[in-house]
Amino acid sequence: MELVFKRPECLIDIPFHFCPGCHHGIAHRLVAEAIDYFRIREKTIGVASVGCSVFMYDYFNIDVLEAPHGRASAVASGVKRARKDRIVFTYQGDGDLAAIGIAESIHTANRGEKITIIFANNGIYGMTGGQMAPTTLLGQKTSTSPYGRDFTYDGYPIRMAEMLATLEGSAFVARVAVNNPANLMKAKRAIRKAFQMQIEEIGFSFVEVLLACPTNWGMTALEANKRVGEEMIPYFPLGILKERKMADSL
Amino acid sequence: MEPHSEKILVKGNEAIAMAAIDSGCLLYFGYPITPQNDIPEYLSKHLPPLGGEFIQAESEIASINLLLGASATGARAMTSSSSPGISLMQEGISYLAGSELPGLIVNISRSGPGLGGISPSQGDYFQATRGGGHGDYRTIVLAPSSIQEMYDLTCLAFDLADKYRNPAVILGDALIGQMKEPLVRRSGAKINLPPKEWALTGADGRKPNRLKSLYLEEGELSEQNWKLHQKYERMKKEEVRFESVCTEDAKLVLVAFGSMARVSKTSVELAREEGLKVGLFRPITLFPFPEKPLYDLSKRVTRFLTLELNTGQMLEDVKLSVARDAQVYFYGRPPGSLPSPEEVLEEIKKYYQ
Repeated sequence: MELVFKRPECLIDIPFHFCPGCHHGIAHRLVAEAIDYFRIREKTIGVASVGCSVFMYDYFNIDVLEAPHGRASAVASGVKRARKDRIVFTYQGDGDLAAIGIAESIHTANRGEKITIIFANNGIYGMTGGQMAPTTLLGQKTSTSPYGRDFTYDGYPIRMAEMLATLEGSAFVARVAVNNPANLMKAKRAIRKAFQMQIEEIGFSFVEVLLACPTNWGMTALEANKRVGEEMIPYFPLGILKERKMADSL
Repeated sequence: MEPHSEKILVKGNEAIAMAAIDSGCLLYFGYPITPQNDIPEYLSKHLPPLGGEFIQAESEIASINLLLGASATGARAMTSSSSPGISLMQEGISYLAGSELPGLIVNISRSGPGLGGISPSQGDYFQATRGGGHGDYRTIVLAPSSIQEMYDLTCLAFDLADKYRNPAVILGDALIGQMKEPLVRRSGAKINLPPKEWALTGADGRKPNRLKSLYLEEGELSEQNWKLHQKYERMKKEEVRFESVCTEDAKLVLVAFGSMARVSKTSVELAREEGLKVGLFRPITLFPFPEKPLYDLSKRVTRFLTLELNTGQMLEDVKLSVARDAQVYFYGRPPGSLPSPEEVLEEIKKYYQ
């Protein structure tokens, strides 16, 4: 019988440490599938960020470098500039990419670095125990916004994909979710496309993935999954925001 | 490029940039700050034609992390800045040390604290020699005091950083950064990089490499800290460099590094002209500090005068190094102006007897 579903070659056969119902594992798998699809495992270098995503090196069967909090895109740019023949990607959470590392995120995109960023947006700080993130929704209660996020104190949730899409330097920008099979298939295609943009040297690619964090949202896995569709997607609309067809030329 | 040995007249900052190219460092990342801008300006012009990469980053934080990424591939890479920018880089330097990655950080220091000023200062001695960032680590610190040394020590810094898989720092200031002197380059010399089996190049035909500084398992981090410690101990044994001037018969020895050592050297000549038996001990490696040579010297000489462009930092290392009965005096000149050799001579006379 033909084997139609198996573990991607570039994922190591150990259980994820992620909480039950967490979407990180799905997003990891989609990245792994894209790397397998293009047969680039042996020439791919991953950059892990700080947060729940830091253990990437335990799961991916590829070379991995750990970056300081927020600096993954700068680190990845350094790797890529030194080895232009390699495929380089980061996997960063919302605190890492949109708070402490927002300057690096913007300037990496603006320089059109030929890297791929997978942005895991679950609207909360997972690793540190559920504090408010730059992408926490208005009214959302977290351990540091116990009365609910109030824009008069905390500002508004940042839409990173929209922001980076405005930059001339970005080539591919998409926002996806993995909360149902239809969205998951779109997410898979977007992540694959992001790697393709890098392989074809078209430019900087960025995929924001909306993820559920049941533990820190104080929900069951099912409730959290449902919340992605009912609360996150309305504020963070899905879709391909930008897709350049060819590389910039001077 | 043909090896050549003619003398050229260049600024200290330019000498560093030339040394980087001659050492096979074709990756530079930095952010503008006075008084070191000649380095990025020179490299922005000369790296691209050589197939190198120059990035003017959005900050010193980005610069040091670009360096971290580039270095992880096994390539030689550098950044340069000045004091406040170097402060911003400390987190990244700590990660370089923790992940055991080489890399060159040039600090053509300004004066502080805060925005301070741009005049020559040695106020970053503690920051440079005590690690600078969080955690228990050290960087290799080299302190040039001439333009030729700016070049030579930059070449050495790349070699030592690779040898020990540890970041190396060049600690200079505006005086030797901006001053011009004759320089002999050794361009075209063969560059032998040590094998870097740890480098991230893609796991092709081998197990994946990981470069990280997070250690959460019981005992792991402790072991890593001891491993780093042993590396620093080996540096202390093998890499100490210093210069002694007229110390053989000296009754008083000046201890100074970098630009302050230049002034001190002239003062030693003035003192000798007056028949005063004065010498100079100049640490070239600030870490590893030349503890033992200074201790050995202190068995013959009992009076030392430490001179620094700050209120007393290397002074602590001098006191820790010398024999117990040695007298260590201090002349500090916080940033703003440089002492003249004659002023230093007056200080010498205070402590000579």
